[in-house]
Amino acid sequence: MILHCHHDRGTPARTSTQHVTLSVDGIPVTVPAGTSVMRAAAEAGIDIPKLCATEQLEAFGSCRLCVVQVKNRRGYPASCTTLVEEGMEVTTENDDLFRLRRGVMELYISDHPLDCLICPANGNCELQDQAGRVGLREIRYADGHNHLQETSDTSNPYFTYDPSKCIVCSRCVRACNDIQGTYALTTTARGFDTRIAPAGGEDFMSSECVSCGACVAACPTASLLEKSVIQMGQPQRSITTTCAYCGVGCSLNVEMQGEKVVRMVPDLNGGANHGHACVKGRFAWGYATHAERITTPMIRSSIREPWREVSWEEAIAHTASEFRRLQEKYGAESIGSITSSRCSNEETYLVQKLTRAAFGVNNVDTCARVCHSPTGYGLKQTIGESAGTQDFDSVMQADVILIIGANPTDAHPVFASRMKQRVRQGAKVIVADPRKIDLVETAHVRATHHLKLLPGTNVALINALAYVVVTEGLVDEDYVARRCEPEAFNKWREFIADPRHSPEATASITGVPADDMRAAARLYATGGNAAIYYGLGVTEHSQGSTMVMGIANLAMATGNVGRPGVGINPLRGQNNVQGSCDMGSFPHELPGYRHVADDETRHAFESVWGVQLSDEPGLRIPNMFDAAIAGSFKALYVQGEDIAQSDPNTEHVTHALESLECLVVQDIFLNETAKFAHVFLPGSSFLEKDGTFTNSERRISRIRTVMRPLAGYADWEVTQMLSNALGYPMHYKHPSEIMDEIALLTPTFQGVSYAKLDQLGSIQWPCNAASPEGMPVMHIEEFVRGKGRFMLTEYVATEERVNRRFPLLLTTGRILTQYNVGAQTRRTANNAWHQEDLIEIHPVDAEDRGIRDGDWVGVKSRAGETVLRAKIHERMQPGVVYTTFHWPGSGANVVTTENSDWATNCPEYKVTAVQLSRVEQPSAWQKHFAEFSEEQIKLLNQESAGAPV
Amino acid sequence: MNIDHLIHMANQIGAYFETEPDRALASAGIAEHLARFWEKRMRRSLYAYLDSAQDGALAPLVREALTQHRDQVLGKIQ
Repeated sequence: MILHCHHDRGTPARTSTQHVTLSVDGIPVTVPAGTSVMRAAAEAGIDIPKLCATEQLEAFGSCRLCVVQVKNRRGYPASCTTLVEEGMEVTTENDDLFRLRRGVMELYISDHPLDCLICPANGNCELQDQAGRVGLREIRYADGHNHLQETSDTSNPYFTYDPSKCIVCSRCVRACNDIQGTYALTTTARGFDTRIAPAGGEDFMSSECVSCGACVAACPTASLLEKSVIQMGQPQRSITTTCAYCGVGCSLNVEMQGEKVVRMVPDLNGGANHGHACVKGRFAWGYATHAERITTPMIRSSIREPWREVSWEEAIAHTASEFRRLQEKYGAESIGSITSSRCSNEETYLVQKLTRAAFGVNNVDTCARVCHSPTGYGLKQTIGESAGTQDFDSVMQADVILIIGANPTDAHPVFASRMKQRVRQGAKVIVADPRKIDLVETAHVRATHHLKLLPGTNVALINALAYVVVTEGLVDEDYVARRCEPEAFNKWREFIADPRHSPEATASITGVPADDMRAAARLYATGGNAAIYYGLGVTEHSQGSTMVMGIANLAMATGNVGRPGVGINPLRGQNNVQGSCDMGSFPHELPGYRHVADDETRHAFESVWGVQLSDEPGLRIPNMFDAAIAGSFKALYVQGEDIAQSDPNTEHVTHALESLECLVVQDIFLNETAKFAHVFLPGSSFLEKDGTFTNSERRISRIRTVMRPLAGYADWEVTQMLSNALGYPMHYKHPSEIMDEIALLTPTFQGVSYAKLDQLGSIQWPCNAASPEGMPVMHIEEFVRGKGRFMLTEYVATEERVNRRFPLLLTTGRILTQYNVGAQTRRTANNAWHQEDLIEIHPVDAEDRGIRDGDWVGVKSRAGETVLRAKIHERMQPGVVYTTFHWPGSGANVVTTENSDWATNCPEYKVTAVQLSRVEQPSAWQKHFAEFSEEQIKLLNQESAGAPV
Repeated sequence: MNIDHLIHMANQIGAYFETEPDRALASAGIAEHLARFWEKRMRRSLYAYLDSAQDGALAPLVREALTQHRDQVLGKIQ
């Protein structure tokens, strides 16, 4: 049960063109056909008692508390399962109903602890409320057989299951099934022995439970309850904010006592999540007050020296002085910045403004460089806008869901649940992925096709699908004629129809049987509304941009862009990837994806910013590294990013960082990059931020301050102080003023303001005069660029190829319970699920090398070598191995190479040729890493022991 | 700047544009891409390599694009 005041009408809302009028206790009410009597009564202002019903779940009709009487009908039907009828006359209160309900409640309470005063749910318990509602005053039943002595399951780090308080209403089971779609809970036995039990294990922790918390939110008693509530008591107030983990951007209610967070619950009104969350957003927020937070600025002259704690004034003055000194010595272009997708729109906007206006250069880039930069390029070229075409809800109208290079159940779990809901309604799934991800086969989901391609062959696959569409007459000719450039289409049609792109010709490249490709293409083209969802398995390749264009080609050729249920949907890895790109974080683009060489745009910014801007594209992150090593790039301001862990070829990255004369890191922890820094500026966690994030569906949502910045200043204020110290004045008093400037200068944000966000809850850009409340689905009448443009997409094999020395292909990714570089989740109890990065290997490959499950395995590539523990798994295909990169000491990126996308330099994380062998000790890099990290922690602690300056 | 990286990146761009049947368009496409996305140090370094006697590592189409569109690629940084 959750605190946030929400009037639960008992059963889900219905939509219908037909309406029904009935009377409830003499009050007339008109509702859509298909509505329950319970909900109709609620609409009339009458809340019928209930326990097993909630509007988050379909009616179940088990508790019998919601009985009513209907004129001219026999008996006492349950109002939750009885649908309204025209002219129906419903009575919700009379003596018979009173006696019935009180009798039902008496039976429930006869097997429930009478410890309300010391129960952790006291004051926020539906059972308690309903007992009062039905006037229960005594329990007539003497002590007898009961469940009161059953012991609690405390195995989950975040919540307990106390069966003695369970009333077996099945809300938890139904929440797990219908909302989360994991089917991890079940009701065991029958009659009095019926209990709720986790499936596939002895307790919650060893079961199939993914700890999303849906069952906890659904529980009407204290049976399933957050441990934080048990420890701290009931929260007293709530602030709505936005999750800082993945690109779904769930709206969350932070429930608090004072400035202390008691728990985080999903917002039922959240446009992206509709009241659902995952193990990260729901529970893994404790890092915000972790003991390792650094809250005082620090400086040092070299990375081999102890840190010196300083005042904010000294840290800012020192940074400004160093940056100006280096610009004077090495030239204006010798410095730059990196923004982060973990930071807000306002923060990233300000960093790019600082870089362009105060530094006087365009050397600003963002972490989207290493994830979705090909999306920006590819979609801009084809449809004219660097963003996904749909809202998340659109998936509920999809008939065919094509998932390419994405693993939503791990990386975008809340959206995956929504996707699974649609699949259970009958939508077909096609998965294109080297691994057997969960959506290939999981509870009540079975993909029609799993195109198990070899890493690095995406473009050959998408071309083969398009070949089938073109050569089998499946092109939506009318759509293409109306919506696309004819010349480009004809050129593409001729190109793609060449037999070299056929499934038969490319099967040996992709490893996918030709018949499977043909069947999948036919299903996508003819199965109704077809929607493509893709992730970093598309973009992080040497042909990432080509693949994005190939996806757009396929969608346009089949008429699958421009209405609900279809579209091209990049699933962004981090919470504000979309926003950080929108805000002009790329070195060649000002906010709104407009090139720096575009005079009109640049002049608009110049007139508001009062400074002349460069029309030259700046350095991208990999270029910054190369320039640093070459000696022409000397200082870098990094806000909220950990490039030393996240970027490929770690030794190359750290060489670049060591080459800098002034590295400034603004973060909440001493992350891997900060170990190479000369200035540390303490940052704010999302609980301390005030601003906005923009999720994968272009939804701008507010982040609201839950607690004051621990270091005294919000991140945007720090950037502003630095700008002022550099002589470029900024005088924002509140982040809303930054958003006002963004709206002034960015056509797609023209109508966005904090007032409107507070009014509407969230807004999907573009938000302007043409769409004042935003636009859930784009490109409806025409593409943003006018006519859609087909692009030629020749398959070019990556240069990262297997040979006798490196015979396996390594691909990297994420896992549900950890997030990206792990700086946040590694400092939470999520480690209970994932304590180390593992190398997953197919049994055949393992046997060939004498590797057993749990063995230490050396992973060697052309770039470097690391050691990981083996996990043998059949979801891998022979020849392909997989690991995650959540733990810095794992060194996953020691192995990945600098190969990158031809158009954007997005690294090819997904294809690295490696060899595996059993080993007995860590790699040389890992030993060096351990020594260096230990030294850096010592240097940090040396300072911590001393007095602040 | 590491010239080997730059040559490799330029040749990757060239490989994408090789598919374009109209060679003039392909050449212009490469030039436009370099002008729009490459920082001036990178463009200068590539031209320094092109102008040296050792331009053999550049793909023919890339070399052609650089030669034909020098003004566009280098712009005012020449």
